[in-house]
Amino acid sequence: MQLDKKVIGHEFEAFSTTVEAGKVKLFCKAIGEEDPIYSDEAAAKKAGYRAVPVPPTFLQAITNDDPGKGGLLRLLNVDIGLILHGEQHYDYYAPVFVGDKITCQQKVTDMYDKKGGALWFVVSETSMKDQAGKLVAKGTGITVVRNPDATKK
Amino acid sequence: MVAATPKAPIFDQVKVGDPIKPIVLPPISRHQLALYCGGSGDHNPIHVDLDFAKKFGFKDVFAHGMLSMGFLGRLVTSYAPRDRIRRLGTRFTSITWPGDVITLSGKVTGKREEGGEKLIDLEVKCTNQNGQDTLQGHATVAAN
Repeated sequence: MQLDKKVIGHEFEAFSTTVEAGKVKLFCKAIGEEDPIYSDEAAAKKAGYRAVPVPPTFLQAITNDDPGKGGLLRLLNVDIGLILHGEQHYDYYAPVFVGDKITCQQKVTDMYDKKGGALWFVVSETSMKDQAGKLVAKGTGITVVRNPDATKK
Repeated sequence: MVAATPKAPIFDQVKVGDPIKPIVLPPISRHQLALYCGGSGDHNPIHVDLDFAKKFGFKDVFAHGMLSMGFLGRLVTSYAPRDRIRRLGTRFTSITWPGDVITLSGKVTGKREEGGEKLIDLEVKCTNQNGQDTLQGHATVAAN
């Protein structure tokens, strides 16, 4: 298997999604987050927020609302069972709240291999803007692809 | 215990090397992985379907890296309020298996002023019951 570096610079189709209260509650249950500001509007307002904010890494749930989810795998033509998450970084410019409509745009920014081609690293950046067009966050992820040819040898 | 929103750290009172109060989590369960599958929208079957995980050479299902990063988010928001978080990033350094007991810990690594804000840099990590780091991360929060 040989990955194609020509995908560097590829921009995926942007999409928009509205942050739902129930999804935030389920996310908080999964990570064990019990601060009421993420579930109770009164608690959020008492803490100084205009609405219920989302936990810092809920941004992943927003990007996973992509109707074209799995685009990176299709672009690389690799099976989902061969990928691992290498790194993830978020820059936060403003909190995201329940009810916000977030527009995400992902692009591939770099790609390199290690261990003689046994592992590929694909770097992508996702910008996230709110309904006013303001940049609220940027996500940078590194996806690791395990090259099945390397284990066959 | 219900977590409460912390107050913003006071820049002049924070010292490099100050620890963040650690959090010891209950053992990772398969149920938690199923909840995170739904809650995060990461439907990769490798985290919830044992047959699928074995087919790709793993002995068992394993935790989503982003579930553990969610734990780091909890640690950072136990130190500073949500609207003070400026950066959170991590390397996923080893796999977290069902049954693993993860401890969240961190410390202050730097203080600086940038863009009119007083910033505190943090090292944050997840460590398993064998003392192995599963996530090695960093965060930046804005202080008062």
